[in-house]
Amino acid sequence: MLEVQNLSMRFGGLLAVDGVSLDVKEREIVSIIGPNGAGKTTVFNCMSGFYKPSGGKIIFEGREVQGIPDYKISRLGMVRTFQHVRLFTQMSVVENLLVAQHRHLNTNMLAGLFGTPNYKERERKALDRAAYWLERVGLLDLANRDAGNLAYGQQRRLEIARCMVTEPKLLMLDEPAAGLNPAETKELNQLIVSLKEDYNVSVVLIEHDMSLVMDISDRINVINQGRPLASGTPEEIRHNDDVINAYLGEA
Amino acid sequence: MAANNYRHALFCAIVTLIISFPILGFNLEAKGINITLTGATTSTIIAVILAAVAVFVFQAFRDSFMVMLGKLPNLNPLAGKEPMEQSKRVKLESWVLTGIVVFALFWPFLVSRGSVDLATLVLIYIMLALGLNVVVGLAGLLDLGYVAFYAVGAYTFALLSQYIGISFWMALPIGALLAGLTGMILGFPVLRLRGDYLAIVTLGFGEIIRILLNNWTTLTGGPNGIGGIPEPTLFGMEFGRRIKEEGNTSFHETFGIAYSGEHKVIFLYLIALVLAVITALIIRRFMRMPVGRAWEALREDEIAARSLGLSRTAVKLSAFTIGAFFAGFAGTVFASKQGFISPESFVFLESAIILAIVVLGGMGSQLGVILAAIAVTILPELAREFSEYRMLIFGAAMVLMMVWRPQGLLPMRRIHITLNKQG
Ligand SMILES: Nc1ncnc2c1ncn2[C@@H]1O[C@H](COP(=O)(O)OP(=O)(O)O)[C@@H](O)[C@H]1O
Ligand SMILES: [Mg+2]
Repeated sequence: MLEVQNLSMRFGGLLAVDGVSLDVKEREIVSIIGPNGAGKTTVFNCMSGFYKPSGGKIIFEGREVQGIPDYKISRLGMVRTFQHVRLFTQMSVVENLLVAQHRHLNTNMLAGLFGTPNYKERERKALDRAAYWLERVGLLDLANRDAGNLAYGQQRRLEIARCMVTEPKLLMLDEPAAGLNPAETKELNQLIVSLKEDYNVSVVLIEHDMSLVMDISDRINVINQGRPLASGTPEEIRHNDDVINAYLGEA
Repeated sequence: MAANNYRHALFCAIVTLIISFPILGFNLEAKGINITLTGATTSTIIAVILAAVAVFVFQAFRDSFMVMLGKLPNLNPLAGKEPMEQSKRVKLESWVLTGIVVFALFWPFLVSRGSVDLATLVLIYIMLALGLNVVVGLAGLLDLGYVAFYAVGAYTFALLSQYIGISFWMALPIGALLAGLTGMILGFPVLRLRGDYLAIVTLGFGEIIRILLNNWTTLTGGPNGIGGIPEPTLFGMEFGRRIKEEGNTSFHETFGIAYSGEHKVIFLYLIALVLAVITALIIRRFMRMPVGRAWEALREDEIAARSLGLSRTAVKLSAFTIGAFFAGFAGTVFASKQGFISPESFVFLESAIILAIVVLGGMGSQLGVILAAIAVTILPELAREFSEYRMLIFGAAMVLMMVWRPQGLLPMRRIHITLNKQG
């Protein structure tokens, strides 16, 4: 469903991403790994429309999407999280999820002013969907708290729930396990697998936690200094000499 | 660091000199038919130099001054108080607002005509400030040319009444819609600008509209303005001594009471009151609607909002358009109240006053804005002796606000939807 071909991104003199390709099928978890500064987040920024790539193609469901504005990409069904959590901290937890459902709501101003049945119905559905996902990630009891007051692990989960209420087809997670304790990482592991199995979402995952990556990925892409180093199943990557030398070997 | 401070202070002092010298240092004197330029008296020149020195001293030691100011906690009555719980606050705020409205309904029958007239003006400012509050407080867009939309509303009514004899009630929606449309058209190209740039461009737009009104003399009468703007009627009843429009009846004759000039003033006041209440209610409603949430989300974290499919331009444009719409509303009422308008009424100072109300009131907070509008319009009237220093006091109040209470007198907390389902 997603094909990234020969993507490159240049910042002035720095070629941060150089010839990276990626291929994600329906209901697949594909990981991108590589050392810090390898260009992983930059790949995400290109895919989600925050950057216009300097070269290459991004094809989502048969359509070229490179250079399309970020909010349109999100509406096509490719939604991302951020390496550093970005919640609306002054808004309540449930409102974070309502903002994400903007498209599903009746945004006709007059309908809202007069509270037409259609408006109320959609608003109620949005609240239901929010409640469902809060329950799913274990935050229902905190629904009316300010998002900024949540613990770090809870904020991470809320960010994923906020993506899921938009009903995406492809979810891009940028280091979702960073800063989580082992128990939380295990929960996250189960959550991501369930997103794929129960909700038919494809996932592109950037992650440093090797056990998580090896455990849940269908395929792994390794990049190093902006260039693709290897790609294959977890088993192939584990035994790839280049990867062992360049990356896994250090650890 | 210190050298840098002094250089900056020197620069500010020189700017002060450059600005104030041509304005205060010379006088134009009419001698016969010639106008000559004469130097000002020594005392004025000394005053200008003293002012420059004061600016220098303040800028050089600004940090320590600011710290000193910040350390006067006794002057800041609300320092360190916890914000109230949402449910309590909402209840209290709606009680206070209802109280104000009920009081405002009966009040005009007890006071003088002049007071009612002034109160109508306060209500117009409340409408303007509530509208600007959407743009600045809720959507976080610094609009310094808000008065342009006020002018569009007022001139729409004035021109339509002059050329096709339209009534107040027809002009009200037309003026507001036209102002909203203007906001949309002006907003579209500029809303991608950020912060300071947006402020400067909107400031420019405000001036352009005023200059246009001033110079398009064939249509707008230029600086002479437009007069004879009709007052509102009540179901076809006029409030004047004699009927102006054919087919209308007269209020005092219909009810068989003696003519009084007060009826008209009170009626206009009541219209302004109703419109202000409607404005407040509609905007309150917007704040709880998806669009209100989108404004707040975009203000809080634009990148996250965009990643969730919110279009920055569309969301900001909606705030800009709604703000402009209510300015047009207020403009129509203003034109009707004055009966005469000219570009004089729509100078930058007006934008500044409305913005001051929003900032003083606590950006986004409706009750705060209403109280600030009352204070800002009425205080200068009460202290007329000080009217020359009005802007000075304003400026000082704004600076102190920024130091002590940057979030405004009654800071906003948008009413959040709560989820009642548990487990
Ligand atoms: N907006 C930008 N401007 C300039 N350089 C950038 C920008 N974004 C990323 N980079 C550079 O690109 C390289 C890759 O960064 P990034 O994609 O964040 O790495 P990773 O996520 O793999 O740790 C780094 O050297 C970084 O400094
Ligand atoms: Mg990164």
